[in-house]
Amino acid sequence: MERVLLGDEALAQAAIDAGLSCAYGYPGTPSTEIMEYLIAHSAADGFKAMWCTNEKTAYEEALGASLAGKRALVTMKHVGLNVAADAFVNSALLSIHGGLVMCVADDPGMHSSQNEQDTRALAMFAKVPVFEPVTQQQTYEMTREAFEVSERFGVPVIIRMVTRIAHSRASVRTAESRPQNPLDKSTDRPGWMLLPATAKRNWARLLGKEKDMIAFAESSANNRLNLVAGSRLGIITGGLGYNYFKENAADLKEEPSHLHIGFYPLPAALIRKLYDSVDEILVLEEGYPIIEEKLCGILGAGKPIHGKLDGTVVRTGELTPDNVREALGLPKRPHAAIDVSDVTVPRPPALCKGCPHADSYAAIKAALKDFPQSLVTSDIGCYSLGALPPHSAIETIVCMGASVGMAKGASEAGLYPVVATIGDSTFLHGGMTALLDCVQNNPDMTLVILDNSTVGMTGGQPTMIPSSRFEPLIRGLGVDPAHIRTIVPLPQQHEKNTEIIKEEINYHGLSVIFSVRECIETAKRKARKTK
Amino acid sequence: MTCNMILCGVGGQGVLSLAAIIAKASLSSHLNVRQSEVHGMSQRGGEVLAHLRISDGEIYSDLVSYGTADLIISMEPMESLRYLEYLKPDGIVVTAAEPVVNIGNYPDLEAVYAKIAAVSGSLCLKAEALAEEAGSKRASNMVLIGAASPYLPTDAESLKQAIRDTFAAKGESVVETNLKAFEAGRNHQ
Ligand code: SF4
Repeated sequence: MERVLLGDEALAQAAIDAGLSCAYGYPGTPSTEIMEYLIAHSAADGFKAMWCTNEKTAYEEALGASLAGKRALVTMKHVGLNVAADAFVNSALLSIHGGLVMCVADDPGMHSSQNEQDTRALAMFAKVPVFEPVTQQQTYEMTREAFEVSERFGVPVIIRMVTRIAHSRASVRTAESRPQNPLDKSTDRPGWMLLPATAKRNWARLLGKEKDMIAFAESSANNRLNLVAGSRLGIITGGLGYNYFKENAADLKEEPSHLHIGFYPLPAALIRKLYDSVDEILVLEEGYPIIEEKLCGILGAGKPIHGKLDGTVVRTGELTPDNVREALGLPKRPHAAIDVSDVTVPRPPALCKGCPHADSYAAIKAALKDFPQSLVTSDIGCYSLGALPPHSAIETIVCMGASVGMAKGASEAGLYPVVATIGDSTFLHGGMTALLDCVQNNPDMTLVILDNSTVGMTGGQPTMIPSSRFEPLIRGLGVDPAHIRTIVPLPQQHEKNTEIIKEEINYHGLSVIFSVRECIETAKRKARKTK
Repeated sequence: MTCNMILCGVGGQGVLSLAAIIAKASLSSHLNVRQSEVHGMSQRGGEVLAHLRISDGEIYSDLVSYGTADLIISMEPMESLRYLEYLKPDGIVVTAAEPVVNIGNYPDLEAVYAKIAAVSGSLCLKAEALAEEAGSKRASNMVLIGAASPYLPTDAESLKQAIRDTFAAKGESVVETNLKAFEAGRNHQ
C-alpha cells in the first residue's frame, strides 16, 4: 500500500507493521507526531501507546515490555535522551528480549530546541546501534529492520531522525504487517540485573556483541560503498548529507567514490577500503563531525580529511543543499537578483494573542518592579517566548525543570527576590524533584506554576494530571498550605495578581503560586472538536 | 520535469494546508513529491516556510536549493520577499496583498509592493478579500492555489479534487467555499 506520510508517521506505521505492542514517549519537536499517530491507531490496531511523565519513565516502561517479550517503541526529541540517559546507557548491558527501538529526533539548526546535540554520540557512548534514514521510505524500512536487529543482538536500537526527515512528507510504500510477539518472559535473569557480578558479565557480553554488530554493519545494505576507478576524491555521507550530495552530484566534473553510512557501529573495513582507493576524503554528515573525528583522530596523520573540522563544511546549523554544494566546490547558482534587505525584517515567534502566559508575566514584572535587583528563572515551553520583547520577563532557559533548582540555588547564594516560572507539564516532567529539595530547605523563593492545562508548544497534548490535582500534589510534597496560592492570569485580574505575587515575595520562605488558565489554542481546538 | 516551490507566510495562516493540497494533487497525478515543513516554536506567529518539490523523476533533497525555485507562493506580502534567494532568475512570486502586522517595525507597505512588482511576472492579489467574497476569509490559501495553478505541474481538476478530499469531512458548504475561493484566484487577472 502507498500513502503520503511525514517521516514521523512513516516511522510509526512501520512500528505498527513490525508488531508493536507498547509505545511510550514524551512530546518534543520534531518527534511528537510519531506518538500522535500511534495513539490515533492504537485502539484499532490493538496495541498500547501513550504519553509519559518524562523520557526516562517512558524508556523504563519500554524495558518492562521488552522483558515480557513484546516489541516496544520509545519516542523523544534529542535532549529528551539526556533525561532518559541513565536508563538508556544501562539498558545496553541488559539482555533485551522483545525488540526495543528508540526513536530520537535531532534538531540540527535548532528550529525548536535549545541545542543541536547529536544522538549518534550518545549511542556510541552506550555502544548501541543506530539507523539513520534519509527518506521517508527508508524510515519505514529501517524501523522494521531495527526491531529485527534489536532482537537478533539483544540490544536496544536507535533510529536517529532529524527535523527535515521527521517533518517532511513523501509517499511511502508499506509492506505486509507482522503479528505481535507472544507474551514470553525473558529467562535470562542475570541479563536483567546490574549487580556488580552480573553487570561485569553483561558488560563483557556487550563488548562481544559489538564485534558482531560491526561485522553486521560491514555487510549491511544501509552502508553502501561505490568505488569509482581512478577517482581522487572519496565522499563519506551520513544522514541527510547523502541527499544533498546526490542533489549536487550531477554538476561535479569527476565522479567521486562514495560511501554512505546509514547504520552504526561504523563499518571500519568499508571506510578503510574507500580511504585506500582515493587521495582525499570529504565527510558530509548531518550533526556533529562524528565520523570525521573518528577518521582524523588527534594526530590527523594520513591523507587529507575535509569536513566540519577544517571548515570545508559549516560547523553549526543544519546541512542544506547549498552549503553542501559549496563544500563540493561548486559555484552558487544565480537567483532572482533584487535586493530586499530594506523591506524585510525578522518576524520572531511570539506568544499567541490572549495567551495566559503574557498575563502571568505582566503580573510578575509588576510585582518585581520596585526591587533594585531580582531574578526570574524559566523553563522549556511556549512561555520561553517570555524572553523576547515585549515581555522580556525571564532570565534563564536551560533544560526541562531547571527553573526550580536554579531558583533555589540563586536564593541560597543570596539573591532576592527570586521567582521561578515553569509550565505545568514541564513541572511534572522535571521540576517536581527539585521542589522536593526546596521543601527540605525552605529557600526564600516563589515558584509560579504556569498551568495552561496542556503541553502547549508541541500542539496541545494532555498534561499527566488535570489542574484540579495539582494543588493536592504540591501539598503532598510538603509545601506550607498557607503559601500555596492561585491566580487567574487575565488582564482584568492584573492588580489582584500583582498583589498576591508581592505578598508571596515578601514572605521569606518557599511559596508556590498556581497561575491557572487554559491555553487558548487548546481551548479553540477543543471547541472545534465538540462542535 | 521538476517543479520547486517555496510556500510561506505567518504562523497560523494555513501555509501547511496550502502545501498539502498541492502535494496531494501532484501525487494523484502520479508525480513524486517531497514536502518539508517546520513545526513547533516557529509556528507561534513567526515566519513559516515550507519547501515543496514535485518531479516525474527521483527527488533527493527535501529542501529547495537557492536559485532553483520556480515559484514562491506566499500568504503575506513581506514574507513573499524573504525567500527570494531561492527563486530562479525567471521564477514567479504569487502572494496575498494583505499584510499581517504583528511586529512593530513592519516596513512601508508601498515599498514592499514595489519590490514584489519588480519580480517580473509576479502576482499580488487581495486573497483575503476574494476569499471573503467566496464565503470565508480562511480560504485565502485556496485563492492563492487558484492564482498559482497555471504554473503548477498539475491540472486544475486534480487540484479541485484535492480540495474536495481535504475538506470533505467538514461538510459540503466548506468544500463549496474553498472551491469558489480557488476559482476566484484562478480567474483573477
Ligand atoms: S499555544 Fe497556548 S500556551 Fe502556547 S503561546 Fe499559544 S496560547 Fe500560549
